[in-house]
Amino acid sequence: MDIHEYQARDLLRSFGLPVPEHVVASTPDEAEAAARRFARPVVVKAQVHAGGRGKAGGVKLAKDAAAARQVAATILDLHIKGLPVRKVLVAPATDIRQEIYVGITLDRRSERAVLMVSAEGGIDIEEVAARAPEKIIREPLDPVRGLAPYQARRVALGLFGGSPIGLRVASVCTQLATAFTRLDATLVEINPLVITPDDQVLALDAKINLDDNGLDRHADLAALRDLDAEDPRERRAREKSLSYIQLEGDVACVVNGAGLAMATMDLVQHYGGRPANFLDIGGSSNPDKVTTALDIIQADPNVRSILFNIFGGITRCDDVARGILTAIEKSPPRLPIVVRLVGTNDVEARRMLEGTPLATAVGMDEVVQKAIAAARGGAA
Amino acid sequence: MSILIDRDTRVVVQGITGRDGGFHTRQMLDYGTRIVAGVTPGKGGSQVHGVPVFDTVDEAVRKTGATASVIYVPPLLAADAICEAAAAGATFIVAITEGIPVQDVLRTLPFVRERGARLLGPNCPGLIVPAQSKIGILPGSIVTPGPIGLVSRSGTLTYEVCAQLTGAGIGQSTCVGIGGDPLIGSRFIDVLRLFEADPATEAVVMIGEIGGSDEEEAAAFVRSSMHKPVVSFIAGRTAPPGRRMGHAGAIVSGASGTAADKVAALEAAGVRVAATPSGVVGELRAVWH
Repeated sequence: MDIHEYQARDLLRSFGLPVPEHVVASTPDEAEAAARRFARPVVVKAQVHAGGRGKAGGVKLAKDAAAARQVAATILDLHIKGLPVRKVLVAPATDIRQEIYVGITLDRRSERAVLMVSAEGGIDIEEVAARAPEKIIREPLDPVRGLAPYQARRVALGLFGGSPIGLRVASVCTQLATAFTRLDATLVEINPLVITPDDQVLALDAKINLDDNGLDRHADLAALRDLDAEDPRERRAREKSLSYIQLEGDVACVVNGAGLAMATMDLVQHYGGRPANFLDIGGSSNPDKVTTALDIIQADPNVRSILFNIFGGITRCDDVARGILTAIEKSPPRLPIVVRLVGTNDVEARRMLEGTPLATAVGMDEVVQKAIAAARGGAA
Repeated sequence: MSILIDRDTRVVVQGITGRDGGFHTRQMLDYGTRIVAGVTPGKGGSQVHGVPVFDTVDEAVRKTGATASVIYVPPLLAADAICEAAAAGATFIVAITEGIPVQDVLRTLPFVRERGARLLGPNCPGLIVPAQSKIGILPGSIVTPGPIGLVSRSGTLTYEVCAQLTGAGIGQSTCVGIGGDPLIGSRFIDVLRLFEADPATEAVVMIGEIGGSDEEEAAAFVRSSMHKPVVSFIAGRTAPPGRRMGHAGAIVSGASGTAADKVAALEAAGVRVAATPSGVVGELRAVWH
């Protein structure tokens, strides 16, 4: 789960990290009031779940309260990568001598969490990783003990010598590692961590990704989810334990299992169609999930045909058929539907669908080709 | 012959009194798997489908000689269940549970490895040796004995490809689902190594998907160390970057983990990559008969 920068700053501050104070504003008035309170130049930053905010015009300096008001008004009107900006963060502007990158994430290959530090901060770290990987220092965390203070010192003092700055950066690294573990995070990142002309070390940004699977033991973190930032259809799907991601095509796919769902989307494209979504109804046999899936899909105005690709294992095909029948009884489908049901109880499922307006298919290629033809206006 | 298990493997089911554990215990027994024990703390002394239930894995292993464990335990308890199995001396642990926090898995993997146990999963469908034994949730109806090893990160996509092979009259030596999480106990290379050494396996089908770099790692292994032919299919060519596609591990991060990279790495290693699931049979016939 993504959280906003202002939420990440609050969390990191609670672990003792040096994060300057900030105010969150939803209107230009509030931004102006915040800047007035700080009584110095401020930075105004869009709060959206998207990278590249700076390049999109979502981060601006303002020299006084009046300027903060203007800048906030502009940013609150923006859409960044399609997402509306509903809040801005206002924080005192800081003089910067050097920008550093500090982050911790999972390295799948070594099966370790890894601390990454680079003296080249302030820019996209993946860019640095691609261009000059030697400029990123990596230190693995012990799976049980985490990041030992000596490891943090080795990295930080290696970059900054045994200066007070080096020791401050080392302490940032150990605090960040504690946050990573305690929060069940998959990423914690400060970019930039800055050194000011008077040798202070300050976190001017904060990014945290939380493990969705950890939220059940962190009610406080689960409450940070910004429902407004989520696509309403994706939210409704999530609440029903469906995994749904909207795409831009016109052939909707209802599939059981994530791998098969991806392969079905790929096959739609392979045969010249455009998938409208990723949708995994999961492994359970719950007719209610199928009706919800159909509701969500039919709310997408781009969809012109719907295909079901169900390979029954734990999922019982007769349950899926029952869900489809319930859904079309409630509201007759306005779109052509092509159904492929194989595996557990498939014979019974096919019998249940006889005499309905639904088209059927035996193979995966067939169901995809029929759905593409139907989306183009041919018979399903 | 087969890899990892055979008809004599003695299995303990952790979480046997739960809905999924009970249902799949029945399925496994019907397939011929030697389920010798179940474990649910606090329910020792009872029975499920005639299988004795114990309070601890330790007791189950001592009293029944189980060497393999399969885990159907809720996500927040599952990492501990894996450790319990490893501590009790199980040498092969199959974790079916989906949704275990990744940092739990991070702490669990070294514990399991230090005790010399092998973990399959988590978030995996398990494995099946046709006509001999199965551990997990793969349906027995889609497989038939034969010389093809199958290894996959997916569940139902594995069923699809298995059914294609079976429909074409091509049987399988062992079908293994390694799981869709970012951290898993056995990766492609671990299973490929076993298939390479297994006399009953003549060729391997590998079903990958976007996210991580296990397919690239597997490609390097195929090039350096495998003599048996390998064909592949990679799911997720149409997945938008930055979005997690159902599986916790199926995400294209930045420029890494894309289907295109994986296909390129595999093809460079001489692996034929089918464009569609139904194309796997054709690619296999081109390199093996």
